[in-house]
Parts: sequence; C-alpha cells; structure tokens
Amino acid sequence: MARIIINQSLVSKPEELVRLCPFNAIEWDNEYLQINAACKMCKLCVKKGPAGVFTCEEEKVEEIDKSLWKGVCVYVDHVDGDIHPVTFELIGKAKEMAAKINHPVNVIFAGSNIEAKAAEILHYGVDEVFVYDAPELKHFRIEPYTAVMEDFINTTKPSTILFGGTNVGRSLAPRVAARFRTGLTADCTILDMDESTDLAQIRPAFGGNIMAHIYTPNNRPQFATVRYKIFDAPERNQEQSGKITLCKLDADKLNSRISVKDVKKKETVQTIEDAEVIVVAGGAIKSKEGLEMCKGIAEKLGGMLAVTRPLVEAGLADARLQIGLSGRTVKPRLIICAGVAGYIQFVAGMDKSDTIIAINTDPDAQIFNVAHYGIVGDVNEILPKLAEELGA
Amino acid sequence: MEILVCIKQVPGTSEVEVDPETGVLKREGIDSKMNPYDLYGVETAIRIKEQTGARVTVASMGPPQASEILQEAFMMGADEAALFTDRKFAGADVLATSYTIAQGIKKVNIPDLIICGKQTTDGDTAQVGPELAEFLSIPHVANVTKIIEVTDKAITVEMDMGHSVEIVEMLYPCLITVEKGINVPRLPSFKLKLATKNKKIPFYSLSDFEDKNEKNYGLNGSPTRVLRIFSPEANSDRETWTGSGEELTGKLVKKLKELKFA
Repeated sequence: MARIIINQSLVSKPEELVRLCPFNAIEWDNEYLQINAACKMCKLCVKKGPAGVFTCEEEKVEEIDKSLWKGVCVYVDHVDGDIHPVTFELIGKAKEMAAKINHPVNVIFAGSNIEAKAAEILHYGVDEVFVYDAPELKHFRIEPYTAVMEDFINTTKPSTILFGGTNVGRSLAPRVAARFRTGLTADCTILDMDESTDLAQIRPAFGGNIMAHIYTPNNRPQFATVRYKIFDAPERNQEQSGKITLCKLDADKLNSRISVKDVKKKETVQTIEDAEVIVVAGGAIKSKEGLEMCKGIAEKLGGMLAVTRPLVEAGLADARLQIGLSGRTVKPRLIICAGVAGYIQFVAGMDKSDTIIAINTDPDAQIFNVAHYGIVGDVNEILPKLAEELGA
Repeated sequence: MEILVCIKQVPGTSEVEVDPETGVLKREGIDSKMNPYDLYGVETAIRIKEQTGARVTVASMGPPQASEILQEAFMMGADEAALFTDRKFAGADVLATSYTIAQGIKKVNIPDLIICGKQTTDGDTAQVGPELAEFLSIPHVANVTKIIEVTDKAITVEMDMGHSVEIVEMLYPCLITVEKGINVPRLPSFKLKLATKNKKIPFYSLSDFEDKNEKNYGLNGSPTRVLRIFSPEANSDRETWTGSGEELTGKLVKKLKELKFA
C-alpha cells in the first residue's frame, strides 16, 4: 500500500505543516498529524516539508516485460468514413516517437466500406493499417468499437496507442483503457518517447496553469488522447508504403445494445463562444469597411469577428458579437484584439484565451497587460496589409 | 426506474497557482463546490424523475466533506445518496477512480440509468464515465445533448458527434454523459433543504466492497504516475513588438503561421 507516513516525533509546528497540502489532506487533531482521504499522493508534503516528517512508502510491484509490447499506434478517428485531420497529426507524432525506439507505426481503422479510405493512409508513411470492415461498424457504437480495439491489442501487443481528443476518441479510449486496466492521459499537449518505451505525457493540470508530466511505468498498452491542432501532420507522399491487413471480428462481438435511429448534419449557427479564433474590432475601427476587413481576416483564420461595446452602441455591430461583462465570455485558442483599449469589463470576457495578440498605437494601452504578443502599431495600417497577406 | 448520478466535489476555483519561488501549490481561497458539469447531470435525472417517477440516487467518491454536495443534490430533488470514502482511495487516477465508483455502485445497486457530467473542472479528463461503464459491463453514450424519450426499457438521446448529431436508442442498464447546456439546472430549494436536512448519507469504505484487494485502489491501483508538476513556460511574459507597419505585419503573419492558424 503506497501511503504517506508521518513521523510524529519530528512534528514541531503542526499548523504550518497542515498548510503544506493544497488539498487539505493533512489534519491536526491537537495530538497527531494525520493524512485524510483528500490525499492525492502528489507527495508535495514529502518534497516541501521538513526532512523526515513526511515519507512515502510504496510497495514494490512485479515489473512487466516491456519488450513484449511493440508498436506506436494511432486510432483512425472518423465519423462514417470521414477521417478527422487529427488522425494525420497523430500519425506524424507516432512516426517521430517510433523512430526513437525502433518500433513500427500501426493504425487501426474500424468502419463500414472503408477500404479505399484505408489505402489513402498508406500515403503517410505508416507500416501497417489494420482494417476492421463490417456493416455493424458503420456507426460509432461503443461495444463493437471496443471489441475491435480489444482484438487489435490482443493480436499485435502494441506499446502505445494515440487517440484524437474528439468526441469519438474521448469516449472510446477510456473504455479500452479500462478493459486493459491500463493508463490513459487525456488531452496531452506534449508527447515524447523515453528509451524505456514509456510515453512521456505532458498536459495542463488543475485548470491549466500548471503542467504535469504523467507516465505509465508498469502497464501496457499506454494510451493518450490529443486534441486537434496540437501536432503537425506529415506531408502526403506520392507513393504508398506499408500494407493493409484485413481483420475480422466474430459476429457476437459486433452486437450492440445501442441502435442509431437518425443522423443529422449540424446546423451551422456559430456563436463567438464556439469560435476557436476570434478577431475583435475595437474602438479604433470606426467604419463598416474596417469591420468587414476584420471579418475577412477572422474567416481566413477559421474564426469569427467579435466587437467591443462602443461598436455595438454605435450601431455598427450586432450585440451578439460583443465580448465583455455586458456581452459574451470567450476562450478561443487565438484572439486578435485590433484597436481595443482593454478596459476591465472587456478583458474579463476574454482573458482566459489561449493566445492573445493585441494591436494598439498606445504602448500603455491596458489591453497589453493581458496580451501575449503586444504590437504597438496602427490597426488601420496593419490590418489592410494582413488581409492582403492572408488573401482575405 | 432507478437512476444514479455520479457527482464530484471540486475546488471552488480552477485557478491554482504554483508559487514561482518555492514551487509549492498556492492554496489561498480554495473552497469546494459541486463540479458545475454535474449540475446538468442531476437536473437531467430530476427531470426524468418528474416525468416517470424514477428514484434518483446521487453518489460521490471523496473525503467525508464531499457529503456537502450530496446534500446539495437532495435540495435539487435527489432521493438517496451514497459516498465512497476511504483513505485507501487516495491518489487514485482515472482507472482506480472508475474502478472504485464501480465497486461502490455494485454495492449500492446497479440502476437502470447512470448519468455523469461531461467532465470535471479539476481533472478535465471526461474519462471516468466511459471507464465506469466498462467496469460495470454496460453500454454508454457520451456527449448527450438532449433526452428524447425515456421508456421502461430504453432511453433515446441525441449525441453530439462534432459535425453531426446522432439520435440513438440504448437499452438499460446503461450510462450517459451529458453536455453542459442540455438543460438549465434548478437552484437548490429551501423547502427541500428543510425536508432533507436530517437525511442520512451512507458512507461506504473499502471493507464494504466486493473486491477488498487494496492493490486495486488509490495510488496502488493507478497505472499512471505524475512524474513532476511544473509551471508552464512563462509565455505570459508579453512580447512587445514595435516597428513599421510593414515589419509588424510580417511578424504577425509569421507568428500566425507558427501557431498554425494561417
């Protein structure tokens, strides 16, 4: 049993020791210092406490033979045969990591009538595509898809499997991880391969301003999900390489207690809350033309236009596009604030955005306090050039 | 019909910071609340209860003080509660957590329908629901955006698949994870607060479970380990660019390409 042991005889200032734990797991009952059920085994008390007071006891477990598990694999993420581009990004990363430990790169593709699509994957430099093609796999239903993964893992004994951080990947990966009683790390932002074949899984923890390096020391396969646009997709080769292996599942494994009644394409009413990229037109944009230009740039970057309150009040833009306390709150991956002053009521609606770029002529503008990249310049000069560069 | 909703107590703020001097997590102002995504799960269950007369149980795993959020669920209309709590569960990752909850639910009673929130605000993994379903050997549908029909044998829901939505029917027993925005969670009722304030919440520990092997719980039952925790590279240190409009535009385009937006 791994646990924190407290050497009571060394405890001198219990109130201070209690504060070592960010999870309130250390308790002082006026006699003894105790660890309660809130302990997350983060071992900060061992690291930061006075020497010898907190120690961690971990029982030795039998080590597995990792050399029996070979292959860095990618699950082909798709809905009804439409391959999600995250798949190719994962293939790129898998190739890079497999090269370090001399493992093959294999992909798993389950669906219905997907042979032609599987051939396309051979243009991306993988070693083998394992195809499970059956009418029952037309729709993503959890039991047969989990059965596919189970069969693949039992057949090939892979070391690592990567899944896209999509609705499909985030539903399937945990299910398979539980079946094999192994580790899975969600939404990694950095992945690397250790010589030991342990996958270094790095992701934001506790709400995003702390990074955690997680690994799976004694279980295989090891699983990770990664969101779209984290890694680079490899170039498509003219020539195909690698091979396709057709696999079959027993009929009873294709059964499901789920039946798909209908599939509907989503209506595309996008709101600024959903946009991954936002270009905000601020008070320095004074005309309809300026707004149109911002919109064009936003669309070229795959995003949406938003505005600050003065533009709404001036009747230049719809209130649904307004960011701030009196408007909407957004957290896109990229936000470009063009000519925005950056008053607190605006900033409160966008300061959680991943990357903030601000353009303002005033080097002391408040918006620069939250910006990651502050561009001291005139939007009316920069935006037209940017629009031209981007072909907007 | 029996419904069980899994809920979790999370820190009141998601803004946990590392002290740059000492490397210790700053703990100021950390209070606790029900994971906001779980409110949608509780609301979904209560609405089904109002429609069908189902009995709603809420369950959580955590320290004894997590019973606060179970009380809160009573005030929303939950009928029963269960807390899985034991020091031996400490340090559990997703696998060990899911396994613990599965063992607890087996002890309480496997319901017709289990409802989980989309994810928690402290772990953000969205994995416990599917893993729990696996350990209970029941099917699951994640990302549910609408409950369409609830009969005595099956539930029909709308599932978000990214570019499309699918209408799927799933036979009981089964598990769904519901999206934020599936409904508007009600506020706790003062009347129910008074009516339920003396309601007992049973605690279950490892010794109550069918599988009593300590190796399957807590840190021991967790295949993943945190090697280290560190502050992200200080990209919050702002870069300031000055220059001509031409230069600035060039730099901006280069940065957009580097960040893969252009």
